[in-house]
Amino acid sequence: MSVTFNLNGKAVTAQAEADTPLLWVIRDELGMTGTKFGCGMALCGACTVHVNGAAVRSCQTPVSSVAGKRVATVESLSGTRNTHPLQVAWIKHDVPQCGYCQSGQLMSAAALLASNKNPSDADIDAAMSGNICRCGTYPRVRAAIKDAAASMRKA
Amino acid sequence: MNFDTLTPELPRRTFLKVATASGFALGAFPLAILAQGTPPAAGLKATEQPSAFVRITPDGIVTVTINRLDFGQGVQTGLPMILAEELDADWSKVRSEHGNANPAYVDPAFGMHLTGGSASIKNSYTQYRELGARTRAMLVSAAATQWNVDAGTLRTENGDVVGAGGKKLGYGELAEAAMKLPVPEKVALKDPKQFRIIGKPTGRIDARAKSSGQQRYGIDVRLPGMLTAVVARPPVFAAKLKSVDDSAAKAVKGVKAVLRVPVDRGGEGVAVVADGYWAAKQGRDALKLEWDTAGVEKADSARLLASYRELAGKLGAIKYNADVSKLASAPKKISAEYTFPYLAHAPMEPLNCTVAFTGSAAELWMGTQMPGLDAFAASNVLGVAPQAIKVNTQMAGGGFGRRAIPTSDYVVEACEVAKAARAAGLDAPVRTLWSREDDIKGGYYRPMHLHRAEIGFDEQGNILAWDHVIVGQSILKGTPFESFMVRDGIDSTMVEGMKEPYDVPMRLSVHHPQVNVPVLWWRSVGSTHTAYAMETLLDEVARATGQDPVAYRLKLMGDKHPRHKAALQLAVDHSGYGKRALAPGRAWGVAVHESFQSVVAYVVEASMDKGTPRLHRVTAGVHCNLAVNPTSVEAQVQGAAVMGLSMCLPGAAITLKDGVVEQGNFGDFTVPRITDMPQITVHIVPSAEPPTGIGEPGLPPLAPAFANAVAKLTGKTPRDLPFKFA
Repeated sequence: MSVTFNLNGKAVTAQAEADTPLLWVIRDELGMTGTKFGCGMALCGACTVHVNGAAVRSCQTPVSSVAGKRVATVESLSGTRNTHPLQVAWIKHDVPQCGYCQSGQLMSAAALLASNKNPSDADIDAAMSGNICRCGTYPRVRAAIKDAAASMRKA
Repeated sequence: MNFDTLTPELPRRTFLKVATASGFALGAFPLAILAQGTPPAAGLKATEQPSAFVRITPDGIVTVTINRLDFGQGVQTGLPMILAEELDADWSKVRSEHGNANPAYVDPAFGMHLTGGSASIKNSYTQYRELGARTRAMLVSAAATQWNVDAGTLRTENGDVVGAGGKKLGYGELAEAAMKLPVPEKVALKDPKQFRIIGKPTGRIDARAKSSGQQRYGIDVRLPGMLTAVVARPPVFAAKLKSVDDSAAKAVKGVKAVLRVPVDRGGEGVAVVADGYWAAKQGRDALKLEWDTAGVEKADSARLLASYRELAGKLGAIKYNADVSKLASAPKKISAEYTFPYLAHAPMEPLNCTVAFTGSAAELWMGTQMPGLDAFAASNVLGVAPQAIKVNTQMAGGGFGRRAIPTSDYVVEACEVAKAARAAGLDAPVRTLWSREDDIKGGYYRPMHLHRAEIGFDEQGNILAWDHVIVGQSILKGTPFESFMVRDGIDSTMVEGMKEPYDVPMRLSVHHPQVNVPVLWWRSVGSTHTAYAMETLLDEVARATGQDPVAYRLKLMGDKHPRHKAALQLAVDHSGYGKRALAPGRAWGVAVHESFQSVVAYVVEASMDKGTPRLHRVTAGVHCNLAVNPTSVEAQVQGAAVMGLSMCLPGAAITLKDGVVEQGNFGDFTVPRITDMPQITVHIVPSAEPPTGIGEPGLPPLAPAFANAVAKLTGKTPRDLPFKFA
């Protein structure tokens, strides 16, 4: 079968089986590796993407369920320009260590800030608790989200 | 993995000789064989040749090759900072790339390819300074020739050679001529007072790539025609297959082959090779396998605990001897038993290794802490000469020890799969990729341990006798490291962190039972458990004798441990300990520990939240000598503190039932999340002395500091990790 959806602003058609997780369509079929495999069970958040603007775990999202929908990956934030306020803050706060979870962290944070430009610690906890960072970058993740939110409020 | 303690008595040459004599030519063999490139200048080793480490292109971009794996700890930025300092480079033009299994990239102190023991910056500090200074001298010499002046009249600044009247030649313009010049053997190094890059808080070189999804890891390697394999491994370590029904697996769309392969520890497995991970995993799920587990030991956590308890009642191999006869008559006594479970490393990037095997040569791509050893292991499996193996070290998504594996397990297995795939007629590179369940269940855990301590002391807290027994598997037994890191039956990684810095009359003995569970170093290795036992026990003596735990520690240290005292005092001062009233329901906890030659002290604030311990604030005092990149030191200590916290939280345990690991993913082997985070502030003791380790030392003292606060709140020291409450 084939599934057509919008990926980062462009229409794409995947040939994968209907139950194939969106993660593996993005990574193995479409060759975009920014979205990461961490657990395969929606437990770690490394594979977080947006479907119609909401943060979802692509490892547990069958590709058939995104037919006709808008899917956005980390590459959508600003490509390689690093101009999204979250990316600016991520670099300023030197957030990444190994960096492997950061695509997912960024996409969860982006979904949060899209609807809440002034998140409290509790809001951040609620939006980010599904994203594991084994390196322990959480303190800097929190600081960077607050910084990005402040710059978005000013903009 | 505290190799530090070995280097003084075990110079590099001995290491190689010992390793070779052990029959498993660790490092030495592959290094000698893999030697390639231009012959070194007389007197300089491959590790001292700028050509292997610095490339300057005409646009002035300076690319520094790092001789270690960066898997988050930041050496990809720290090592170039050191070289760029002496080179007088323009930091904005400095880039970085990973080295490979070339002998130039061995650790200069150990003589093998190794990222471990928090040793990267420590062991390569002088090396990278000299490399930078040599390159600088060559650039100056090239400019002198071009201008026809004496080199002594020239200076360097921010990527330029500067001559009379301020005329300048950029390094990019000079590099081609400079790199053809003889390499100077002796170079003068800067006085640390002149440093303008080293010691300055510096953002990571890879922060941009890692904030945009552009950073590539081993798992992201894509080669034309590449296939993906997922391996079904035995449910009990080392078991063999009884029967394989692969008819349903072969029917999965995209599956190319189903192959029986040897797996780690002499076991057998089945690899499903497909055109992508999902098809391979579907294929594996469709396998009908019967296993023969009759002949293998079925480790069981409950039974192990009982047997460890029994062992702890007997005297083991003696590490420290002392007269413990005063225990019987001591006015006060503490008798304690501690248990520590198996722990998985669970790096966020699942293990993977991609192998392109042609039948006579192979190229490998993986994140690895020991590419030389892995190349040698690959050559053994594939039946080709070591020089026919090319390792492409990839950025790794964490490791925490799991990618420094003496058996090269995930590399060996990937080579077995590639070999079997080729034999089955598949002429394509094969990436073997582990699922998270494979990782959690796949072994190589921090060993389970049991400590038993009897301490006798007087009313003033003077320790009269301390009898301590540790039971746990040896990490190093049976590995190439055994011959020099296991002495008199004692694995040095198990006892590191005991006794020091306290001058106490301790008898310490150890038992190393053999268990069918693969074990490995886990960030900060022995100190993951020794620091916990030591620092909670000392705190208990302080409390039992009505003494302030900080003052008590300082008293015991005497005058011999200025770095410990400085780190502890710094944490105390910044935390407000003893000066600030805590919120109701909160208590202070303190611990200090040296590992990898650095000292980290924590002062923490904790409370009991409906019966569950909760950590609120952490103040760190760090003594790692010169902090090459303070931003990175802060990140490493924060991260290590979080991993230290991970040992305390419910769900931080790997347990076995009748040989089968009971956990399988982040749902049942749980790790800290952002909701578990305390505030963490890090303070560094100023120093100009050559740097010591920082990747691991922040881990050990966190859990005991937390436990000491919990003990104050509840009157009971948590003796089992993870904490068991309510």
